[in-house]
Amino acid sequence: MSNNKIKEKKESRRTFLKKTALASTFATLAACGSDTSWDEFFQKNFKTLENDDKNKIIERLEKKYTEKYGKKFTVSGKDPIDDTLFGYGLDISRCIGCRKCVYACVEENNQSRDPQIHWITVLEMAKDKGVDLFHSNSDYDRELVPDDDHFYFPVACQQCENPPCTKVCPVEATWKEKDGIVVVDYNWCIGCRLCMAACPYGARHFNWSEPDIPKDEVNPETHYYGNRPRYKGVVEKCTFCVQRVREGLYPSCVEICPVGARKFGNLLDPDSEIRYILKHKRVLVLKEELNTQPKFYYFY
Amino acid sequence: MVTTQKNIFIFFMVLISALLLIPDTIYGDNGKKEALIQAPPPPFSEDIFPCTECHSEMEPNPERRVLEDMHDDIILKHDEKNRWCLDCHDLKNRDKLHLANGKLIDFTESYKLCGQCHGPKLREWKNGVHGKRTGYWNGKKKYLLCAHCHNPHSPKFKKMKPDPAPDDPMKGRK
Repeated sequence: MSNNKIKEKKESRRTFLKKTALASTFATLAACGSDTSWDEFFQKNFKTLENDDKNKIIERLEKKYTEKYGKKFTVSGKDPIDDTLFGYGLDISRCIGCRKCVYACVEENNQSRDPQIHWITVLEMAKDKGVDLFHSNSDYDRELVPDDDHFYFPVACQQCENPPCTKVCPVEATWKEKDGIVVVDYNWCIGCRLCMAACPYGARHFNWSEPDIPKDEVNPETHYYGNRPRYKGVVEKCTFCVQRVREGLYPSCVEICPVGARKFGNLLDPDSEIRYILKHKRVLVLKEELNTQPKFYYFY
Repeated sequence: MVTTQKNIFIFFMVLISALLLIPDTIYGDNGKKEALIQAPPPPFSEDIFPCTECHSEMEPNPERRVLEDMHDDIILKHDEKNRWCLDCHDLKNRDKLHLANGKLIDFTESYKLCGQCHGPKLREWKNGVHGKRTGYWNGKKKYLLCAHCHNPHSPKFKKMKPDPAPDDPMKGRK
């Protein structure tokens, strides 16, 4: 073998490696979907950014969603209201298990219709067993509710003060905000689903495929941490309707409940309805023994 | 001097009439006057109100009886053994309700009537725990009257068809 030939071979291997490296880079970018822009791919963790950078991202998202759904989208980046810690009350003696909240939540928060994602699960429990998750049933299908022998126990994110889900996130894509709401940065989430394994309430949900939201039903009033349309491969959860409550509105499940079983307010305001409940009613939290310290209070 | 007195008199008259115009506001136990707005009262059956439209030409009959010609669609299931129409509806002024002490009240104040028996519920309703409020958790709230949710003649909640059960998680993967 002549020296020339060896040189030729060496050159061709180098060229080959170069080409491979280039090709794989483009392949990675291409694999992220044709609608993923350069800026989106290299976006940083949202909470670490300054306002200018946040606004740029929000502008980009609004444009993208408006094009995709053919409706004028707004994406809010509104920060928590000062001196606010949100708490939720649910009167289990009133709930009739009608599931109106489940579907109001789906519409407000742009959950995927197929595959189906529900942030609220209504559990049916036997009156003679009490609050017993092991014997509860979420897919009851009755002619009429409430059934005389059962009561109903809706479960969504408990907005823990001591949340196990945020601690396990390897990339800090989920955290507790100042107003007590546990949020997810859908652009930073890597979809490892450790948080889903850590949550003792089954309150986190995974987008197994691109979310399917009918264009005529999509809600264009969104928040970055809340109901903006998600991506395939990210985790989502109840945010107490962050896009509504930071504007002062009640969450949409509170608004829809036909029996007024759902209560919401500021735990730091001694005159709020939620504080009245904590002071005067019999209150329980789900899986108290885990020390997650939910801010979702069941009462009767 | 006389003008000053007159002015003061006029001032107080205006003040009093202004106070009379302020709509009835409900207070919670904390005494804080919240920005509460009453929802429009629940609709009556069609063409039934004002009651005086028919009743003004009729001789009032205070005798307890089963109604036959009119209002026979109302079936009382609300302590029906002890009560009947005129325990809440007024005999003389048909467009009003009356409390146990005889005080006349409008249909928009019916919660006062309900609260005569359901005291603890009235207290919780005033504090926003029983019943439903919508609007702003930190501001203006719209509240509903008892009769928005409970039919006063048959107050127990009617059962309803639940919305569909969630999909089987194994859907499409079996």
